[in-house]
Amino acid sequence: MSVFSDPTNRDVYVTGFLWILKLTLASSVCALVLGTLLAAMRVSPVPVLRGFGAAWVNIFRNTPLTLIVFFCYFGLYSTLGFTTSNDLELNNYWLGVVGLSVYTAAFVCEAIRSGINTVPAGQAEAARAIGMTFRQTLTSIVLPQAGRAVIAPLGSIFIALAKNATIVGTIGLMESSNAMKQLINDNGNAVFAIFFVFAGTFAVVLIPTGYGFGWLADRLAVKR
Amino acid sequence: MSTDAVLYDHPGPRARARNRILTVVFGVLLLALLYWIYSKFDDKGQWAVALWKPFTEASTWTGAILPGLKNTLAAALVAMVLSLAFGVIFAVGRLSDHWWLRLPSGVVVEFFRAVPLLLMMFFIFFGIPFVTEEPMSNFWAVVIALTLYNGSVLAEAFRAGVRAVPIGQSEAAYAIGMRKGQVMSQILIPQAARAMLPVIVSQLVVLVKDTALGYIISYSELLQLGVNNLAANFGNVLQASIVAAIIYIAINATLTAAASWLARRTRRSGRVARPATGRSVLVGVGGAGGEAGAGA
Repeated sequence: MSVFSDPTNRDVYVTGFLWILKLTLASSVCALVLGTLLAAMRVSPVPVLRGFGAAWVNIFRNTPLTLIVFFCYFGLYSTLGFTTSNDLELNNYWLGVVGLSVYTAAFVCEAIRSGINTVPAGQAEAARAIGMTFRQTLTSIVLPQAGRAVIAPLGSIFIALAKNATIVGTIGLMESSNAMKQLINDNGNAVFAIFFVFAGTFAVVLIPTGYGFGWLADRLAVKR
Repeated sequence: MSTDAVLYDHPGPRARARNRILTVVFGVLLLALLYWIYSKFDDKGQWAVALWKPFTEASTWTGAILPGLKNTLAAALVAMVLSLAFGVIFAVGRLSDHWWLRLPSGVVVEFFRAVPLLLMMFFIFFGIPFVTEEPMSNFWAVVIALTLYNGSVLAEAFRAGVRAVPIGQSEAAYAIGMRKGQVMSQILIPQAARAMLPVIVSQLVVLVKDTALGYIISYSELLQLGVNNLAANFGNVLQASIVAAIIYIAINATLTAAASWLARRTRRSGRVARPATGRSVLVGVGGAGGEAGAGA
């Protein structure tokens, strides 16, 4: 553990995980908003919107995230000249957020859509039969039930997002995996200690988060 | 469509008229978006024939894309076989009656599911050589990392599947004198594998996509040869990325289609254990890109 008693090394570690945290937070907000919009499109009565949503999901869900992030940097930034910030590091960060968001939004969309599908049609039919309007049916019958069914899949999506944030290292951000690589290269005598600290940080944060989402999903599940 | 049944009334004349207007409005917006992308490409001269032409020449395919694809598929296939084996072994370990088997298996599975694949790959590729004092082959770094991660996710899928097999199945097997190992290998695992087929295949899609991480440790897979190297020669990184994306999408769409065909087949036979409903089992930390979550 002597590697981490050196303040410079500790700094590398902390900065690495701060980037992961920032990437995860910004991307999960963007992905949630974008994914919800896409899900609304996919269940809308307008064929053009349904087609757009379906195309988005099929394209981004089946493309490797590495390729998407690569494209954001070399395609959007280097070739087409999209910049998000004058600061090189911040620019890479936001390009990473774009890549993570468009990718994760496809999964969020599918989770929400299948959540809506878990609500039995009879629920909405019964609501209409007692004279509820469309808005009432949606807000007091369908969405509350769908929302509960969505907690578990959304939980695993956000956990996956936190792990996927390491892939932004591809475009030069000093996030945790690049930080680990640097520390390993500088301290060849302590590779196991370094690995277990980095991997352990992910495990210690993500395993309880996973159980937390599972517990929440069970607790709020609609008993049928 | 079932979602229509939940969310909307059958459209009447006014709703139909409104939907038509919305269709036109959004159709126009979509065309505007496409035109905007087109003009952005045009501004930077990305429609130049020289940038797209390489893809019509055989040498591009035989010299870069196909060898890359071959290496991608090689790593994916080896990792698939190994992670299925890893998954079965650790699922059985976690279901064992002996705590000294159950506990370590649980720790291994939970740990490898929580560690990002890239971190794992960097450790194997850059870290292990310091210990063994021999260079690590990047093929095996990719395969081992993929196996540990996807194997752990599959172990959880198998475990959920085994637990979903009705208890009467194993009771009946014990009653006719089968031993514990026989019950597991001949009764529970085959039924669990069928019940969990959709989850297993969607995890294999994840595995195929994750081979692209090999690019970062310079394994010559599709992204490395077909995009990075190709673009270095022709300056067409945008075009090469699009072609590579289409190839990945085609592979994964084929796998997904095969999965839903298999799922329909197993459902039709009607002899399959009810798929696990225990959502919490599958939440965990698994599912790169949330595939397991979305696929379950």
